[in-house]
Amino acid sequence: MALLEVENLKVEFPTRKGVLTAVDNVSFNVEQGEILGVVGESGAGKSMTGAAVIGLLEPPGRIGGGQIRLDGKRIDNLSPDEMRKIRGRHIGAIFQDPLTSLNPLFTVGEQLVETIRTHLPMSAADAKKRAIGWLAEVGIPAPDRRFDQYPHQFSGGMRQRVVIALALCAEPRLIIADEPTTALDVSVQAQIIALLKRVCRERNAAAILVTHDMGVIAETADRVAVMYAGRLAEIGPVAHVLQKPSHPYTAGLMGSIPRVGPRPKRLIQIEGSMPRLTDIPSGCAFNPRCPKVFAECHRIRPELRPVADGAAACLLYEGVTQ
Amino acid sequence: MSDTSFAGRLRSFADSDLFYSFRRSKTTVIAAAALALLFFGAIFAPVIAPFDPFDIAHLNLLDSELPPAWMEGSNSAYWLGTDTQARDVLSSILYGLRISLFVGFASVILAAVLGVFLGLVGGFVGGIVDAVIMRVADVLLSFPAILVALLINGVMRGILPANQHESAAILVLVLAIGLTNWVQYARTVRGSTLVERQREYVQAARTIGVGRLRIMLTHILPNVLGPVLVIATINLGMAVLTEATLSFLGVGMPATQPSLGTLIRVGNEYLFSGIWWVVIFPSATLAVLVLAVNLIGDWLRDALNPKLR
Amino acid sequence: MNAAPIKLKSREAPLLQVKGLKKHFAMSKPFLNRLLEGGEQQTVKAVDGLDLDIPRGQTLSLVGESGCGKSTVARLIMGLSSPSGGSILFDGADISRAPAGQPADIRRRMQMIFQDPYASLNPRWRVADIIAEPLRTYGMCASRQEQRREVDRLLEFVGLNAKDGDKFPHEFSGGQRQRISIARAISTKPEFLVCDEPTSALDVSVQAQILNLMREMQRELGLTYLFISHDLAVVNFMSDWIGVMYLGRLVEVSPAAELFANPQHPYTRLLLDTIPDLEMSKRDRQPAAGEVPNPINPPPGCHFRPRCALANERCRREAPVLRVYDGGVSASCHAVEEGRANEPITVQASAAQSLRAAV
Repeated sequence: MALLEVENLKVEFPTRKGVLTAVDNVSFNVEQGEILGVVGESGAGKSMTGAAVIGLLEPPGRIGGGQIRLDGKRIDNLSPDEMRKIRGRHIGAIFQDPLTSLNPLFTVGEQLVETIRTHLPMSAADAKKRAIGWLAEVGIPAPDRRFDQYPHQFSGGMRQRVVIALALCAEPRLIIADEPTTALDVSVQAQIIALLKRVCRERNAAAILVTHDMGVIAETADRVAVMYAGRLAEIGPVAHVLQKPSHPYTAGLMGSIPRVGPRPKRLIQIEGSMPRLTDIPSGCAFNPRCPKVFAECHRIRPELRPVADGAAACLLYEGVTQ
Repeated sequence: MSDTSFAGRLRSFADSDLFYSFRRSKTTVIAAAALALLFFGAIFAPVIAPFDPFDIAHLNLLDSELPPAWMEGSNSAYWLGTDTQARDVLSSILYGLRISLFVGFASVILAAVLGVFLGLVGGFVGGIVDAVIMRVADVLLSFPAILVALLINGVMRGILPANQHESAAILVLVLAIGLTNWVQYARTVRGSTLVERQREYVQAARTIGVGRLRIMLTHILPNVLGPVLVIATINLGMAVLTEATLSFLGVGMPATQPSLGTLIRVGNEYLFSGIWWVVIFPSATLAVLVLAVNLIGDWLRDALNPKLR
Repeated sequence: MNAAPIKLKSREAPLLQVKGLKKHFAMSKPFLNRLLEGGEQQTVKAVDGLDLDIPRGQTLSLVGESGCGKSTVARLIMGLSSPSGGSILFDGADISRAPAGQPADIRRRMQMIFQDPYASLNPRWRVADIIAEPLRTYGMCASRQEQRREVDRLLEFVGLNAKDGDKFPHEFSGGQRQRISIARAISTKPEFLVCDEPTSALDVSVQAQILNLMREMQRELGLTYLFISHDLAVVNFMSDWIGVMYLGRLVEVSPAAELFANPQHPYTRLLLDTIPDLEMSKRDRQPAAGEVPNPINPPPGCHFRPRCALANERCRREAPVLRVYDGGVSASCHAVEEGRANEPITVQASAAQSLRAAV
């Protein structure tokens, strides 16, 4: 059994013009110790998916259907109190802006000790020892001294390290990291990615890494899920999806990323932009931008079908002929 | 989407988030209805008031101190009764409302225009100009508004010859209230101006070579007016109350030209002699007016605040 | 190496010349507080002695991490902020002390595209009015009809519909808004565009559209670009020349192909190493440690010294200056000058040329 199973997840936003579906029928598993990348452009629903798993959807957003199971037990229908116990202990969270995850009024040491003692039965002295151990673990120099400092005394990269320590200190088995490197400088990004990978591997923790950056995925993820307009376009092993994409959207996305090396005259571009949630086209959501579109695409919504080592939601693989 | 005709704009307003949030708030709809009724009464007072309370020729002293229509010994012509000089209370209220609202609106407009101008200039020009404007504002804020209004009122009365006090009273009130209330507008507008000035569309206008005055008026001004509308609405209630307070203290509208505040002051003297209706009805009208304006102001503040949507 | 002429139009004077450009910001408390509470006057040297030449019809990109001063350079050139020292020459005319928009006959020829497509368009204006503003300001159209025709032409040129002129900015996506920004910038028929991170707020699929449009525009209109970005892969696609900045100083300026094939400065190498490889060859590398230090108190000597593997005593004492090497490469590094850098300074001509051939 997989560590996390997400089945037909639906996230809805009631508005006065009707209910908008931000995440539409998304299913995936995360295995023990695996890093699953969830990638997509803004509005694809990737952050919503992460927020739904960890029970932090911003109202009026709500789970409108499907199931989320951790270790086989449903967690999508828990009360806020029960979910709070799961968060931290079983699922850790890392967000884009480290400042929002840290309380500016407490030292990083106090925050670490509090998190540890909330979830693990431990004396204050032991918890402190453990917290300092964690600061060292995430690569913060002079952890004894830094333990008593406030978040504003840390640089951006060091702060994100503290957040990682905070997310991992109760030893959860799953981490949700939502754009953990986006706010950081490029040279620091590489350090944070390497750190995240190392601690996950060492603790055998699984992670869902939500990002818009294919580069981060390429360096970090074992498998990758590509989202478009709230739906899963493609999911599979990272090498397969990045180098031999099955879905035309993934192919376009990969082609549009500028690369180092001989420069082409033009980049491959996908025409148009992602539809707003209010006007997602019928059939396949990608059909207005797809270079391989055919008549059925406007009518039939493709299901996720196994393709090579992964799966893609595209009529090209459903045996529908032109 | 961008229909420029009047009908098109009306339709897009009826479809807007603002109108939607208005419709959904019952309190606001009721407040708006009450306010509309009061505005209607004030504007059309000469047409709908049953009597002209200032026409001495038609006052019949035999009809003085009559109770409201539903009480014993009343005259059904006077719905809300009459005062000691036989004036119809309902008509007095309608005419008083007219004056109260006029003073309220005029002083709010004066304060808003002055405050927006000073805030915009201070925020955009900065430096010494900004420092002077904001220090004056600070000084003004460190006194209670009513005290400053009393002061301005006193100074104006000192300047004007005594025989003109009554005729100029309304103007003096507008000035006194308007000049005390601009600070809030100036501070808000200055703050938004400082933010907007740094935004890229203003930088873009600068790189294009658009002049400073033009940038201030065509780019920044339209983008800082949102909060002004909210302050103006809430301030309308404040201004009406300040006017009433000044008139109640006897330095506002004279008894020959009574506002709601004047009516309350005059009626107040008779409160314990049994003719309570002379003071209760004007007071109730004032309370309903201010409450309705403030409720609408609160709603507008929330509805225009993107964070609360 | 010496045989390959990289400056294609080297005989012509550069369109934009920047010499010794400086911008220092006072970071101390207000005068009154300083008088009462004491404390030193502190300055941040956002730009600290910058020399640049941008040849006509070419693109020079500035790259660097946050706080390196690249956006400040853009603002100084456009007159949005006035320099503390140095000069800016546009087509030979000194504009270093001229505020934005002045003198009109020169500023009309240089325009800017901003980073945030959501903030760079006035939300209360219709798109047609936004695009027409420069036309009105410089009196470039005789009548309203002519102005509207020109706006329609510009909208279609950047890939939008002429009907879009009647809409408001909020009705458009980020990419479309950036097209509107571009239409506004080219409405005065400029020769020079400053592009400050024009695609960093956009999604990659839309970024490709905008980058393609900008290259087409350059070819069709003969534009010269100063392109500012933190993304080296984007810069590689756009540039003829690349300048790498670190804490207010240029550490290396090279022809684009040369910079990627043969980076000289240790910081350039560090940056190149951070580019994620989509072929996944870098999954197990050890990234370089350290962060950009606080710009208020940069280390003395070479600013990069604390993070540099090649640093020695001279680097601590003496700030290096930009020196010109073969192939149009300039670098400011003692190690490169002394030949202590890992790779020899003489370029393998074959590798560099094969890259250039593809450009």
